[in-house]
Amino acid sequence: MKKQTIRLFVNALLITGLAQTGWAQVGKPFIHDPSTIMECEGKYYTFGTGRGGLISADGWTWDGGGVRPGGGAAPDAVKIGDRYLVAYGATGGGLGGGHNGKILTMWNKTLDPNSPDFAYSEAVVVASSDGLEDNDAIDPGLLLDPNDGRLWCSYGTYFGFIRLVELDPKTGKRVEGNEAINIAIDCEATDLIYYDGWYYLLGTHGTCRDGVNSTYNIVVGRSKKVTGPYLDNMGRDMLEGGGKMVVAAGDRKIGPGHFGWINLGDGVQKMSCHYEADLDQSGRSVLGIRPVLWKKGWPVAGDLFKEGTYEIESERRGYALELAVDFVRMPYARRGFQANNDEPIKALPAQTLEEVEATWPGGNIEVRIGDYMFRPHQRWTITAVPEAGGYLGGPYYKIVIAGTERALTATADAELTTVPVFTGAPEQLWRIDQLIDGTYRIMPKAIPNSTAQYALVSAGDSTPSLAPFDGDSDNCKWNFRAH
Amino acid sequence: MTRKNTIGILAAAIVGLATLGQPTPAHALTPYFTPATNAVKTPDAKGFIQRWMLLEPISKPNRTNTVFTDSYLRAAFDTLYFPDQFTVLPKNGDKVTVGEQELNWHALESTNYNVKLFRFADGLKKNVYGVLFWAVTVVNSPEEVKDVRLSVGSNSASMWWLNGQEALLLSGDRRMVVDDAMSKRLTLKKGRNILRGAVINGPGMSDFCVRFVDAKGKPITNLSITCQ
Repeated sequence: MKKQTIRLFVNALLITGLAQTGWAQVGKPFIHDPSTIMECEGKYYTFGTGRGGLISADGWTWDGGGVRPGGGAAPDAVKIGDRYLVAYGATGGGLGGGHNGKILTMWNKTLDPNSPDFAYSEAVVVASSDGLEDNDAIDPGLLLDPNDGRLWCSYGTYFGFIRLVELDPKTGKRVEGNEAINIAIDCEATDLIYYDGWYYLLGTHGTCRDGVNSTYNIVVGRSKKVTGPYLDNMGRDMLEGGGKMVVAAGDRKIGPGHFGWINLGDGVQKMSCHYEADLDQSGRSVLGIRPVLWKKGWPVAGDLFKEGTYEIESERRGYALELAVDFVRMPYARRGFQANNDEPIKALPAQTLEEVEATWPGGNIEVRIGDYMFRPHQRWTITAVPEAGGYLGGPYYKIVIAGTERALTATADAELTTVPVFTGAPEQLWRIDQLIDGTYRIMPKAIPNSTAQYALVSAGDSTPSLAPFDGDSDNCKWNFRAH
Repeated sequence: MTRKNTIGILAAAIVGLATLGQPTPAHALTPYFTPATNAVKTPDAKGFIQRWMLLEPISKPNRTNTVFTDSYLRAAFDTLYFPDQFTVLPKNGDKVTVGEQELNWHALESTNYNVKLFRFADGLKKNVYGVLFWAVTVVNSPEEVKDVRLSVGSNSASMWWLNGQEALLLSGDRRMVVDDAMSKRLTLKKGRNILRGAVINGPGMSDFCVRFVDAKGKPITNLSITCQ
């Protein structure tokens, strides 16, 4: 399916948004085909179809203001050295039908339009299609190969092949004499990444520009060589339409497309995309940022953290974060091994907060890790704090004992406690990132009197603390279990 | 079946064997302990401290370990059982009187990474259940080391003090597991550091393992351990 008329979409981008309640990005994150998110001088940038792009100071709240000349479709960006290379697709016949497209690239030293250094170089054509051939030269995706520094660009739509060309990483121009290679069909808005010995080609499948009825989804194939063949998990070549699902609709967001990869290191990876329609935001096309998980060598989108009441389980031993308070035994009738099994069965109530809270001290209470018994001192309610801002892909959260305002808090000595009432102080705000293995990293927004960026860790089986995050250590990983 | 029940049945089985003419296991400290010497003693390769002054068990009857809540333990460990119990650095053979009990301190070295208190009590033909043990050792550090953690596993609950300051409480019906609980970040002084612990147990096995780990969680071994 070819992209529909761009003009209507550009107009839609000009319409200001309403306050949103869903877990997409907040602010005015309205975009289609977002380029891979770039960090530049402390801010995040992404460009979309049409002109312009989005800027975010924290990675959670996004607004317009990005500047990308040239119009056209589905840009991408990569940082090479101290410069940013931006690629985009222009089409002579218009996105409504013509297929004589061009891929162009241009440089900028900064993405901040207010910087005195902000100036795009003159865009150069690096690939094109004549309108009749089996290719539609729009929707570029850039890969700077970490193995050898070579620069590659995939491009194309459903109209024919996805193609791969090599660019000069010094000039952004097409390598002289380079011939385009066909690497896929039946997708568009492709992107290439290299990870753990494999090249992955991520393509967008399905129908776009149909609002809440768009069937867009992102699929992937992989290859040991950048030039392919890219096979899916069934061994099917993407030149034959293969592709394994990375992300589809869900959580009231429809039609994810245009993958972008953000590897933050230490087992924290994110992907950018757009949703064709967010039901919580008037069905508009919005920016999405999701965790990337890796399962058996394949990337799959993780879920945004969902507010709720959880056991916070240590990946180290499987014990649960809990208040360091007296364990209150539940009354029960001891049952002998010779008891009558024909007696009626009845449900027993779980222990309630009211039954135990009076036994807790009134001031700060320390935390530890212990056997999970779904007791009140082990159940944490985690909710976003909208006014606290966020980080790349998420808002800050407060973590309180369920039914109370007793809040998990970082202390000045890089340890933990709970305070009786949540005040919104930075040490009571928590960043939650899902890691590539599906576990989570939990970090305080700040540690009092410190600039250290520490994570919640298991210092021992039963002892939590704060320490530098190590993505290779289960000490640093946690699970949220609702049970 | 619970662990305690298992132990009870095993104990009954041992009694049964004895009545059938089988030899009763000898009460002995060996092979679990040897007398402490004045020879230089470092922690073992994994950092576990094996040289301790151990006080014969104080009678503290408890039929179950499930009573060992934080509140119970703080009350139990705050109780003064003998003079200077939080400051004394006893010598081998020193005696203390606790109620009607006259108890001796023993300077011992564990032959294992952990200190098997059950075997200590049994070897001296003392009560093995419903007991409270005190342990003291001196950790000599060649330099000041900051951001260390005291790592303890104990069966059952225990409390630990470094240089007179509370460092760690392990509550509940607890099993001995290496690196079960860690203190907050501490400083080992250059020279002598006095480490003191109290381990309480109702029925079942009793033991503990102790080491210091550095800021990266690695065991600290360049220490010397003395009883004085």
